[in-house]
Amino acid sequence: MTIQTMLQELSRGFLTTLSIFFFTLLGSLPLGLVVNLCRSCRIAPLRWLTKIYISIMRGTPLMLQLMVVYFGPNLIFGISTPSNWRSMAVIVAFVINYAAYFAEIYRGGIESISLGQYEAAQVLGYSRAQTYGKIILPQMIKRVLPPVTNEVITLVKDTSLASVIGVVEMFTRARQIAVAPHSPGMLTFAAAAVFYYVFNYVVAFVMERIEKALDYYR
Amino acid sequence: MRVLEMNHVKKSFDNETIHVLRDISLHVDEGEVVAIIGPSGSGKSTLLRCATLLTQMDSGDLIYTGTYAARDEGGRSVYAEKKILKEIRACFGLVFQNFNLFPHYSVLKNLTDPQISVLGRKKAEAEKKARELLAKMGLEDKADAYPCQLSGGQQQRVAIARALAMEPKILFFDEPTSALDPELTGEILKVIRALAEEHMTMVIVTHEMAFARDVADRVIFMDGGVIVEEGAPEDVISNPKEERTRQFLSRFSAE
Repeated sequence: MTIQTMLQELSRGFLTTLSIFFFTLLGSLPLGLVVNLCRSCRIAPLRWLTKIYISIMRGTPLMLQLMVVYFGPNLIFGISTPSNWRSMAVIVAFVINYAAYFAEIYRGGIESISLGQYEAAQVLGYSRAQTYGKIILPQMIKRVLPPVTNEVITLVKDTSLASVIGVVEMFTRARQIAVAPHSPGMLTFAAAAVFYYVFNYVVAFVMERIEKALDYYR
Repeated sequence: MRVLEMNHVKKSFDNETIHVLRDISLHVDEGEVVAIIGPSGSGKSTLLRCATLLTQMDSGDLIYTGTYAARDEGGRSVYAEKKILKEIRACFGLVFQNFNLFPHYSVLKNLTDPQISVLGRKKAEAEKKARELLAKMGLEDKADAYPCQLSGGQQQRVAIARALAMEPKILFFDEPTSALDPELTGEILKVIRALAEEHMTMVIVTHEMAFARDVADRVIFMDGGVIVEEGAPEDVISNPKEERTRQFLSRFSAE
């Protein structure tokens, strides 16, 4: 296998990595908000359930969660999963895991906003929904950007865990190539490392841009 | 017309171990300027928070222009339903000690958004009102600035304009100059004085004795959760009857 073929194969795997990354963020960033709302809502059982959910998501390995989501429906409940369940399971597992982390990050952001903001909104007559949507949420987003960046960068690297349920993303592909006869061997992993690094470099750059764009107020 | 009436208001914290307000009654008539003075911990701020529905009273009545926000029923304050409280919130404004402007909104939007979101005004109408008020506060050139770009005094003037934009019947000030240095204090006091001349109904919690004496129609001296002395400023501040008032004011005599 030539280096060129190896790079082509890795690129193909990288597309899968990208789609896991993209769909996870698309699902977990908003779901984190919902989780955060449930965690502080007025219905006590919902609050407890949310706390238990967050605790499990943070307390067990993502690799294990991937396996439970992929194999669980069939092994535990005897449901026959659809043929494309593998690619769905990987997104589901990543989304529910990352939503728990994002919910906790959002909570930190919301708690750092002074009580005076709520009181000012209340005295002016804003409803609870308006206070949250117009006053608290926009300020929270600015405050949580640095920890969210951290989490997004971790996600880029975590996509490689999808290999545990046989999703052929870039890292899985790199392992297959490296052990194949007449392959570039260790060079494949070096190439994969460069892919991850460049990807994260771009992520960090974009996030920094967003932070700068929100720098117009303090 | 009686704008605000509070009867026998009591408030305690920590399972009734700390009594912050012990049977306070007061009323404010239209066009009146009432200054509340007193040492820290006397309950002035709690009284203001009860009046502005930020804190619930334990017992007592709270009445705005004849409508009960809370009614004492058997020694407990029972608050009116949500819809009525919303209407009542529209009739007062509050200026905070530390301004509490919305930092992510421009000065103009701080003034227009509540008008649009809460009162349902059209954007053009809200902007017109906002610009008028900014001009009145001498801040017409700051409409597009963000709160963090302004001095404390400017921020407080924006906060006053924001409250006025809602056209309240009564405006409360919670130590509006305590976070400002003496020079900036002057500009805020000037604005409040101008409002008093327009017969804006106001209740001002303040430590500025000279200001209270000049601007207020009535001064209330509070200590230990009760009203110790109340009356015309020349009586309460310049000629107090109660020993406790005299003691408190002696610390300001250097002014």
